Amino acid sequence: MTSSPMGVGPLVEMRNISIHFGGIKAVDDVSIDLYPGEVVALLGHNGAGKSTLVKVLSGAYRANSGQILIDGRTVEIGSPRDAKALGIETIYQTLALAENIDAPGNLFLGRELTTPWGTLDDAAMEHAARQAILELNPNFTRIKEPVKNLSGGQRQSVAIARALHFKARILIMDEPTAALGPHETRQVADLITRLKAKGIGIFLISHDIHDVFSLADRISVMKNGKLVGTVRTQDVTQDDVLGMIILGKRPKIAA
Amino acid sequence: MMSLAQSPAAHKGGARDLKGALEVDLRLLAMIAAVAVIWVGFDLLTDGIFLTARNLWNLAVQTSVVGIMTTGMVLVIVTRHIDLSVGSVLGFVGMVMAVLQAQILPIGTGWNWSASLALGLGLGVVIGGAQGWWIAHRGVPSFIVTLGGLLIFRGLAWTITEGQTVAPLDETFQLMGGGLLGSIGAFWSWMVGAAGIVLVLVRTVMARRRRQRYGFAVRPIWAELLVAASIVGAIVGFVVVMNAYDRPRTDISQGIPIPVLILIGAVIIMSAVTKVTKFGRYVFAIGGNPEAAQLAGINTRLVIMAVFALMGLLAGIAGAVQTARLNAGANSTGELLELSVIAAAVIGGSSLAGGTGTISGAIVGAVFMQSLQSGMILLGLPTPMQNVVIGLVLILAVWIDTSYQRRRL
Ligand SMILES: Nc1ncnc2c1ncn2[C@@H]1O[C@H](COP(=O)(O)OP(=O)(O)O)[C@@H](O)[C@H]1O
Ligand SMILES: [Mg+2]
Repeated sequence: MTSSPMGVGPLVEMRNISIHFGGIKAVDDVSIDLYPGEVVALLGHNGAGKSTLVKVLSGAYRANSGQILIDGRTVEIGSPRDAKALGIETIYQTLALAENIDAPGNLFLGRELTTPWGTLDDAAMEHAARQAILELNPNFTRIKEPVKNLSGGQRQSVAIARALHFKARILIMDEPTAALGPHETRQVADLITRLKAKGIGIFLISHDIHDVFSLADRISVMKNGKLVGTVRTQDVTQDDVLGMIILGKRPKIAA
Repeated sequence: MMSLAQSPAAHKGGARDLKGALEVDLRLLAMIAAVAVIWVGFDLLTDGIFLTARNLWNLAVQTSVVGIMTTGMVLVIVTRHIDLSVGSVLGFVGMVMAVLQAQILPIGTGWNWSASLALGLGLGVVIGGAQGWWIAHRGVPSFIVTLGGLLIFRGLAWTITEGQTVAPLDETFQLMGGGLLGSIGAFWSWMVGAAGIVLVLVRTVMARRRRQRYGFAVRPIWAELLVAASIVGAIVGFVVVMNAYDRPRTDISQGIPIPVLILIGAVIIMSAVTKVTKFGRYVFAIGGNPEAAQLAGINTRLVIMAVFALMGLLAGIAGAVQTARLNAGANSTGELLELSVIAAAVIGGSSLAGGTGTISGAIVGAVFMQSLQSGMILLGLPTPMQNVVIGLVLILAVWIDTSYQRRRL
């Protein structure tokens, strides 16, 4: 499929985003966008500002300047709650799970199901969590155990199930395969292809340039907080992209 | 296709099957066993004085002040914080209530005790909330803020009356301390026991129904009955013992002391808070991974502030009980109690690393500590030696717990 912007407008536009932490400009005037059913990969060295940029979209950080548009409308994302209300779900690099709580508790954290009396409905949450998690990972049996007892792949399943259960329209995956074996990495790649087909827009941060070339429609490269450029995957070679990452130079692309 | 109802414990063997079927907390059982051991031990050493209705009744009253505060300290510790100020807050709030009763509000009116109590508890909430604000919003470590609080509120307790002790207090208020008339008698004790039994049974049936509705595995009936029967047995045993102690020089049963009733109320409410409310879930999530909690959209600062405000409220309630029991406001009331409270919570399984702790464990921890102390008093051990023993037991208990946890991983 192509991600041609023809006809449909962008799902997400981040315009001129800057954030600094004290003196460090972690993100410096970066603009990126994302269309429905598209995978945009974010590449760059460690510390380039990729995680920080997407955390602005997921509500974890507030930009010092810049604008975010969802479906063409300007939005204020002041907290993770705001982002979730807009259909933005995030699988963080750290997974962001509470180690001492079980999978259903983590899946519904901050969005718990309650009984008519306002108390936690653990049975209903367990039921929904089992469905969401088993769909991803049929071997997952330790639903009621604290997630600290789970393997990397299982924890990943919990984080992904959380994003899927709440029907993300915009999915942010920050190095989703960093802690996974080759088999699980392939599963995540399959999943991305399926989600893309459903029209979900995905920002994918990854270090694996092979994955990126097989999954991404476009690639945005960052270096030292700045956007080097955005290219269509079909227009470039892996060497071109490595050049962007290392040298910070845009390749010359025939039009 | 795998059945959703398949129990994760279904394929494990032996003791784990039994544990899985009962779904009991082995750690809690071990704690209860430890309490049983020291009870029997002290009973033998004291020629049968320890396990008398009179001593157990007194033990219950003595446990109440520390126990009430321990229910809050569990939440504080679960969120990776500490509150060193609770003994001083207890003393300060108690002193304020005493001054209100004896010097400010009209004596003998019904609202003398009720207004002073309400103001005192409100003060506890405000103090706890203010400390929580420094911790959550200003980022000062809780150890420092509450160490400051320990000094500040002990100092203020002295300053209000220039060190004078304030007495006597309102007679109704005194009942909260469980003095001569401060217990509810045999009939109402049985009513409380019956209400407890109904609560246990209703909860058991409802929890079972909710799981069955989704086709989840439930405990076998025999296990369900065994667990419910042990709890019912414990309730009946407790009421029998409380009723077996008569008012001095009468044959009228004392029944459950009012401070113990307050402790029971605190335990039930705080257990419910930790298990079935969003707030409780957030407290544990913050303890497990503060960043994850924040990214999940939880207002972690508000939760931390609320935890400290709740701790302040419980310190205020404990202050009312302790002051009522002494029938006086004294500036040294509650000195060093913060240490007993923290020790009880930690012995009861709260980890200072955060994220783990239970109310029931902490209460057993408080009973354990108080039993130790009470037994040593009966044996005539001097106070300094009591402290030596308690200090050693604290270290030993935590060492046993951590090495057990490590082996299980
Ligand atoms: N919360 C923070 N406080 C201070 N500096 C930060 C914070 N988060 C990120 N940074 C800094 O911002 C820069 C970009 O980091 P990050 O976005 O994590 O990079 P990447 O994800 O591309 O590896 C780094 O220099 C990092 O040290
Ligand atoms: Mg990163």
